[in-house]
Amino acid sequence: MTALTMPAQPRQDAAPRPLPWHRMAWVTWRQHRATLLSVPGLFAAIGVFLVIAGLRVHHDYAVLTACRPFSSAHCQTLNSNFDSTDWTMANTIDILLQLAPALIGAFAGAPILARELETGTYRYAWTQSYGRTRWAIAKLTFIAVIVAAAASLFSVLWTWFFQPFLKQEDLTVLSATVFDTRGLSFAAWTLAAFTIGALAGMLLRRIVPAMAITLGGYLGLTLLTWLFLRKHYLPALVTSNPGIVGGRLGPDSPWVVGTGHTGATPWWSYQPVSRFWPMQFIEGGWLLVLSVLLIAATVWLVRRRAT
Amino acid sequence: MNVIETTGLGKRYGDAWALRDCTLALPAGHLTALVGPNGAGKTTLMNMTVGLAVPTAGTVRVLGGQPAGSAAALDGIAFVGQDAPLYRNLPVRDMLHLTRNLNRNFDQKYAQARLADLGIPLGKKAGKLSGGQQAQLALTVALARRPRLLILDEPLAMLDPLARQDFMTTVLTAMTDEGVSVLLSSHALAELERLADYLILLSAGRLQVADEVDDLLASHRVLTGPAAEADRYAAELHAVQVRRGEAQAHLLVRASGPADPVPPGWEAHSVSLEELVLAYLRAPGDTAVPSLALAQPIDATPIEATEVTR
Repeated sequence: MTALTMPAQPRQDAAPRPLPWHRMAWVTWRQHRATLLSVPGLFAAIGVFLVIAGLRVHHDYAVLTACRPFSSAHCQTLNSNFDSTDWTMANTIDILLQLAPALIGAFAGAPILARELETGTYRYAWTQSYGRTRWAIAKLTFIAVIVAAAASLFSVLWTWFFQPFLKQEDLTVLSATVFDTRGLSFAAWTLAAFTIGALAGMLLRRIVPAMAITLGGYLGLTLLTWLFLRKHYLPALVTSNPGIVGGRLGPDSPWVVGTGHTGATPWWSYQPVSRFWPMQFIEGGWLLVLSVLLIAATVWLVRRRAT
Repeated sequence: MNVIETTGLGKRYGDAWALRDCTLALPAGHLTALVGPNGAGKTTLMNMTVGLAVPTAGTVRVLGGQPAGSAAALDGIAFVGQDAPLYRNLPVRDMLHLTRNLNRNFDQKYAQARLADLGIPLGKKAGKLSGGQQAQLALTVALARRPRLLILDEPLAMLDPLARQDFMTTVLTAMTDEGVSVLLSSHALAELERLADYLILLSAGRLQVADEVDDLLASHRVLTGPAAEADRYAAELHAVQVRRGEAQAHLLVRASGPADPVPPGWEAHSVSLEELVLAYLRAPGDTAVPSLALAQPIDATPIEATEVTR
């Protein structure tokens, strides 16, 4: 009788099965609907504009390249029109796109944890059965994947839109702002900015300071990459032949990263355009590793955070 | 089963200990009042119990030996933080849906029935509810998880007297119907006196009292007698507190029972919980922690009156 009425000894090793991940999908969607709609939505809206404007750009460019003789007044008018209207628009969007990952990091990444900490709702979220570690992993991963996927699709469209300007405006695909917005780079930078924001939010626990640090951190990382890192992804080739590095720039031109003299002979170090994809994989690769590390650090802080 | 067991539990922020050397064993089935002045360590103790904060020293186990913050502990404990943290921009309905998704157990019918009783519309945003309704929503969401231990941090602070009564009625109903143990921190001593049957008192980061209210009241009494003799008996009887009037003095002393001898010329009275709490708060050196003996051996020297107020 005594044995029957004794309370069962709870067994510590009988850890309950973790709740399924898909439950967090709804939670993440419901709580971050604004982010999950506005980031792809904004990209889609700009995308629609790019399709409409891009068809005109491609048409203008086709007319321009078909124009003979090129020195005629008519062709020159077409040429200057293309430069003044189409290129002004494209250049403006290109500059804004450089800021897009930073803004996504600040507005989508930084508030995720900072808002929970700032408003005190983490005391609710972290004491439910789901467990804060899996909660943080699920939340950050879901949003990161959506945001990076949206950026990735967008950059495909942007690559198509921008193609005519490479030749016309003397740009190579290795030029800083061109390289950044195509291939794997744009999605990788967006992902990195997002994870910088998430970590800053967790560290600073306040939305506005976290946003500021995210913008600063992203810009610092971009400058570092432009000035010091990217040119060294692969050992530069060296040539004394001005024919390889000289002439008018175009989509297939190499990226000259250094120049000097050996005695009276000039030399140039450069990255040939054939290295576009290898360099894209290197940049996408290290940014992906960095993003995973930043998410891991954020989750670790969520786990360890001493209230 | 003990719902909370701590051993030498401590938490330090920078150089300051928010809680230190806290060893207690809280049995299941009680409505426990956790009282103490601001900064006494109440929230710190709760945060460590629910796994939000990591102890600097010692251990805390819950629900019969589960580590605080473990999956089994999260399943069995519902916590409502101070000021009822809710997602203010979510409608009540989505607060329920969210909690259902985040937990193994969630009694949707119970939650909806209770909110309907309280007249809280499911479509209204949590942030637009009144303070009392927000507290009730947070409590409903917590109770719908069917916890074995409910921990409430200052749930009454923001409520008017009517809302307090409604809130406590819900808590007591859950205790009776579901057998939930409750740990509740509060400043509102007078209200807890009627409700709480277990008391934990913290002061300046130290555990001072942890015992059943009935036992505490039975083991303390107030002696009233001539002020001239107060010092002598205060020392002799190890008074927790001495209050002096012009002619009379009141000594709060620990007693082994009602049959304890009363000094000639003195009268014994029973003590109210509020008097007792205030006396211990004013005498931070004193402790009355008999349940300690269950958790670990303690120093058996009698309790000394180290501080006497005038």
